Amino acid sequence: MELVNEQTQKKVVVSMRGIVKKFPGVLANDAVDFELIEGEVHALLGENGAGKSTLMNILAGLYRPEAGTISIRGKAVSFNSPKDAIQAGIGMVHQHFMLVPSQSVTENILLGLDEPRFRLRLREYEQKVVELGERFGLHVDPRAKVWQLSVGEQQRVEILKMLYRGAQVLIMDEPTAVLAPTEIEDLFKTLHSMAAEDQSIIFISHKLQEVLEISDRVTVLRRGKVTASGIPLINTTRAELARLMVDREVLFRLEKKAVEAGDKVLEVQDIRAENDRGLPALREMSLNVRAGEIVGLAGVAGNGQRELAEVITGLRKITGGKILVHGEDLTNKPVKTGIRRGISHIPEDRTHVGTAGNLSITDNTIMKNYNQPPIGQRWVVNAVLANKYAEDLQKAYDIVVPSIKTPVRLLSGGNLQRVILAREISSQPSLLVAVQPTRGLDVGAIEGVQRLLLAQREAGAAILLISEELEELLSLSDRIYVIYEGKIMGEVLDGDIEKIGMMMTGTPMKDIEARGSK
Amino acid sequence: MDLIIILQAGVASGTVLLFATIGEIFTERSGVLNLGIEGMMLVGAMTSFSITLKTGNPWLGVVAAMAAAGLISQIHAFITVTLQADQVVSGLSVSFLGTGLSLVLGEGLSKAGTVSLLPSFSIPYLSQIPLLGPVFFTKQSVLVYIGYLVFPLCWYFINKTRPGMHLRAVGEYPAAADALGINVYRLRYLYVFVGGMFSGVAGATISLAVSPGWFSELTTAGQGWIAVGLVIFAQWNPLRAAVGSYVFGALRRLILDIQGPLLLFGLPNPFYYNPYYGFFLQMIPYAFTIIVLILGSREAMRKRMGAPAALGLPYIRGQRGL
Ligand SMILES: Nc1ncnc2c1ncn2[C@@H]1O[C@H](COP(=O)(O)OP(=O)(O)OP(=O)(O)O)[C@@H](O)[C@H]1O
Ligand SMILES: [Mg+2]
Repeated sequence: MELVNEQTQKKVVVSMRGIVKKFPGVLANDAVDFELIEGEVHALLGENGAGKSTLMNILAGLYRPEAGTISIRGKAVSFNSPKDAIQAGIGMVHQHFMLVPSQSVTENILLGLDEPRFRLRLREYEQKVVELGERFGLHVDPRAKVWQLSVGEQQRVEILKMLYRGAQVLIMDEPTAVLAPTEIEDLFKTLHSMAAEDQSIIFISHKLQEVLEISDRVTVLRRGKVTASGIPLINTTRAELARLMVDREVLFRLEKKAVEAGDKVLEVQDIRAENDRGLPALREMSLNVRAGEIVGLAGVAGNGQRELAEVITGLRKITGGKILVHGEDLTNKPVKTGIRRGISHIPEDRTHVGTAGNLSITDNTIMKNYNQPPIGQRWVVNAVLANKYAEDLQKAYDIVVPSIKTPVRLLSGGNLQRVILAREISSQPSLLVAVQPTRGLDVGAIEGVQRLLLAQREAGAAILLISEELEELLSLSDRIYVIYEGKIMGEVLDGDIEKIGMMMTGTPMKDIEARGSK
Repeated sequence: MDLIIILQAGVASGTVLLFATIGEIFTERSGVLNLGIEGMMLVGAMTSFSITLKTGNPWLGVVAAMAAAGLISQIHAFITVTLQADQVVSGLSVSFLGTGLSLVLGEGLSKAGTVSLLPSFSIPYLSQIPLLGPVFFTKQSVLVYIGYLVFPLCWYFINKTRPGMHLRAVGEYPAAADALGINVYRLRYLYVFVGGMFSGVAGATISLAVSPGWFSELTTAGQGWIAVGLVIFAQWNPLRAAVGSYVFGALRRLILDIQGPLLLFGLPNPFYYNPYYGFFLQMIPYAFTIIVLILGSREAMRKRMGAPAALGLPYIRGQRGL
């Protein structure tokens, strides 16, 4: 018996009723109802840890719910594995891509299927992949190895993988968090063309502007419960969505006090460095950051931003040039020296660089001061003080966890970031290098992080903010440098978006000025 | 000292390394490191010799060697895949177990006399090719010829077929394979078994073809360990494994034979007059293995050489934050 949605008179594809999922100490989904209709883009909103990924992992056959029913086109189903879900036409693109890096695009798409039987006949299947890609505007070289692809291209492969298996429902968990603006546009075109063919899309995102742009309806979760279920998005504003998510007003406006910039804290002079593959990542670049200012670094991902952050914090050796902090030469000095001189680092990779997954909140927060009094006393760690310290930070930074003994790998993305912020900011740094500090955070959390950064600025810290989010850079920074292929293209003081855009695609400032004066 | 004869014997002795190395490539490609090759080879050599002695049929001996070594390998599979224990520790124990078992069960076999060996023959036409003919296609054991067929077929299987693609996926990113319905555990058991069978054949190649007989642990004399090094040297590629195996086989022969003649290039042979020098020569393959293993254990180096990304890691389904 096929169900029909009353408001829209369209067929219901997925209907989840009373879904309950518990994790040790958390009720991730508390009797959640969710309904998806044919040909719609349905947004799933909620704060960090609200249970969005959990609900979708249940629909994709990764987790089994403790209670509740799922029906697909009116037929009750029970998934034991992702394969069952795929066979029922449900495909999920995860936050972390599930692609084999050493294999080609086509091989990744064919993985786990019964066809071809034995010989791979890749040429033939490459053709099919290209055809499928053309139908939905998903362009990617079918022979390229996955490790050679940009993040955006890898995402296209993930989508193709699901479409090739005949998915009727595509779940996308924060797909835009890792994409450049032009790639986001392409993705939206693809989603539209899928919806036009009566496929349905579930879209998770923290960027409300995007949600308003792409989705037809929205379901909002708050702490595992539904607060708005399938409401149409026409005539809804960003502020209304935010209120549904966090149950308070979100300002979308930051108060930036005037702060007199002080002495130069960080000076980077003509540095050169290589990336992991041994290719040049930074080529003779220089910049400086003064006390009490936030300096933004804009640029398309992969132009040397990560390497620059690693070089300043001592994680990567430079092959030329100099790095001065408070006038002291810290070139190629160990990380520990940097930490003692007051350098803090909010790394891009939260799970591998920023935290140690199997260690508790306590261990992760004391990582930088475990060996110093009062927590470290000679060769022992005072566990009582350490736990107290972690508890204080947990309260101050609003980290939602069952206990400070929880291993951090179990935390949701937003809470994990708060653990890192708590550790890095509580050490009262004189220089803070922040890479994509708000990526994947909900609106409330973003506001919180941005406030913390501004507070550090007022306290006189020098902050280097590396971000791909122009809006964030413009609202927080006092000055913005633009990086392109490991070189600084120029510096913008007045937040001129046009100039920044041109420099991001490789036109140096002096060329722009020369052209302007003509 | 005739170079052609040395090379000819080298190819035969390289066939032992070839089978062992290819087997380990299968196992490691699925993400499991099995250091037990030496033990499994001994079990294979002992089993094939003793079965051939009893039945008079060397082919039965080869099959028995495959079965016995394959069986031993499943202990490793159970410990590392199901119990998710450390692969290095388990592999070492399997090596000791195999060595011990073969010594106990092979007690007295060394005095058993001769058995009927696998046939040796020359290939018409091919053996006429200058240089290559006498080295590769003249009076070699049938197993040597099988070796020529095996390594390109294995390369084809791993790189150009659907099961081979699944094998690679399981060793690179098991979670991705699992999400698409590939049974990671079953494939790992399977390819550990395949590795075991190849080790068994390698053992049988020694005792029934290359240097017939059972000489307790000296039968393999550490060739299982050299195979572990060769896998890394071969960068997990059967074609490179063949090159490495034959070169090492030839090197082994050369080292043995260079100590024989009185004169070397018209000069008194230092290895003849001073047998201690010979020990250093014999050390070379093992020293090479140690160096390759040290290089191969460096994370950055492994990545560059194309080691299977999940090699050595147990797969635990649904573990968050890996
Ligand atoms: N495998 C797990 N084991 C234990 N706890 C988990 C597990 N997965 C999720 N949780 C917990 O369940 C809650 C919901 O997590 P979930 O990942 O669904 O949040 P989310 O809404 O996707 O958040 P975010 O926006 O940060 O991605 C969180 O408190 C999280 O810590
Ligand atoms: Mg999530």
